[in-house]
Amino acid sequence: MIELDHVTQRYGETAVVDDLSLTVAEGEFLALIGPSGSGKSTTLRMVNRLVTPTSGSIRIRGQDALSVKPEELRRRIGYVIQSGGLFPHWTVERNIGTVPELLGWPKPEIRARVGELLGVLSLDPGSFRDKYPHQLSGGEQQRVGVARALAARPEILLMDEPFGALDPVTRVALQGELKRLHRETGTTTIFVTHDMGEALALATRIAVLDRGRLVQVGSPLEIVAEPAADLVRDMIGRDERGLQLLALETVATRLRAGDAASGEPVSSAASLRLALSRMVATRTDRLPVIDEAGRPLGAIHLADLIGR
Amino acid sequence: MTGARGGSIWAALGFVALVLLMPHLKPVFAALFPKLDRPLFEQTSFPRLVLGHLMLVGASSLAAMVIGVGAGVFVTRPAGAEFRATVETLVAMGQTIPPVAVLALAVPMTGFGAVPALIALTAYGVLPILQNTIAGLAAVSEPVREAARGMGMGPAAILSRVELPLALPVILAGIRTSVVINVGTATIASTVGAETLGLPIIVGLNGSNTAYVIQGALLVAVLGIALDLGLGRLAALSVRWRTLA
Repeated sequence: MIELDHVTQRYGETAVVDDLSLTVAEGEFLALIGPSGSGKSTTLRMVNRLVTPTSGSIRIRGQDALSVKPEELRRRIGYVIQSGGLFPHWTVERNIGTVPELLGWPKPEIRARVGELLGVLSLDPGSFRDKYPHQLSGGEQQRVGVARALAARPEILLMDEPFGALDPVTRVALQGELKRLHRETGTTTIFVTHDMGEALALATRIAVLDRGRLVQVGSPLEIVAEPAADLVRDMIGRDERGLQLLALETVATRLRAGDAASGEPVSSAASLRLALSRMVATRTDRLPVIDEAGRPLGAIHLADLIGR
Repeated sequence: MTGARGGSIWAALGFVALVLLMPHLKPVFAALFPKLDRPLFEQTSFPRLVLGHLMLVGASSLAAMVIGVGAGVFVTRPAGAEFRATVETLVAMGQTIPPVAVLALAVPMTGFGAVPALIALTAYGVLPILQNTIAGLAAVSEPVREAARGMGMGPAAILSRVELPLALPVILAGIRTSVVINVGTATIASTVGAETLGLPIIVGLNGSNTAYVIQGALLVAVLGIALDLGLGRLAALSVRWRTLA
């Protein structure tokens, strides 16, 4: 749905993005990850034409993005930035209604949509609608920022380190909500981050950039199982890789069906990492496994975590 | 905030009362200055002087606002950025040249009356407005601008919906400074024949009539305070969103 074709962006001599080709499929959640200066933000900002590439082409649903009027293109693309960038002189309602208002939606429809989005992002419409950004916590501001980006039901959602400035607890909560939102709406999303943990937790596919070049693209499992370069290994954390692998697979994949074990059961949908953590914490080498409804399915053994 | 509102209303009422009561204060001035034959300025009525003064200040401030805000917006756009230094220098010169000198230079071209005064006061009032417009627009944070662009606002919408409203308190502070300065400076316009509250001051200085000088100066001072408080109130209203807890 989004095709970057041999895209280059130069500032003077240096190429910030260097001959990058990348395709994002409909409904995909792509994490763009890399160290600072890797060109990940620039790549993101080329999709909504905040940056115009020096050469190469960008197509969105087959349409040349460089031939569309930038303002019109941007109204079809949701955009969230790190510091929120909420308009401080507007209420939450008006902030969220920015793009629908630009698109000329009728007022009652905007109002209804704002209420709906506040609910989706776990903000009580009654108390938040008329607040100003400075009256909100950082996490609440970011929720409003996400709601504003989704207001006009965009085809694409672009997020530039949206949770980078939040405390860890709030960040994890918002990551969870974003994951749920993506599952529910299926909006094609590109998410810039420098945090591999965040990328692995959220993305359906990860693209690793370094100095403007694409180093590796793949599913979270592919990235962790077969890092293509030292940089990728470093970003995962050399000593973390095993745990990251466990985090990406569920208990169901290593289940010994019908087997029995004693102790507190784990859900078959839980990650292997969680199962390992439980085993270590409770000093046991096997745990009973249950399904979503709480019915016993079998057991998982410590030895099975290491590999098939 | 109620204090500021009350203050501006009381100052305005006090000024009106003072204008209307001035003729009745004749015995007071007679008692204070027993040597003067004419203790009260009566060549022109005070309401008429006030009207002339206000019109001059109003017209010059309006012109200064249009020029100051207009130039401030222009030099902060990409197209006008290269003129920024030039415009700032020109406007600073407008303020360093004393208004009296501008009056003296303008009179041969425009003749006596309100026109040379208007030119001098406008030139004098542009600087604080221009400076504050530039400062106010510069203070709009980059993420906010970036978000506005990212939402699909065009340059005109970004200026009118985001930049100017956010810069408004700073711009209003500049307008306030400019207006208050001009209330005082407008008095010298009476040297070239404009009817302002400067007339009693100038006539009084020429004729060694201290009572005239006091009457003119008192009205100018109270008018200045009233306008200052009134514009301060307006500035407070423009940032009401910021003060909500």
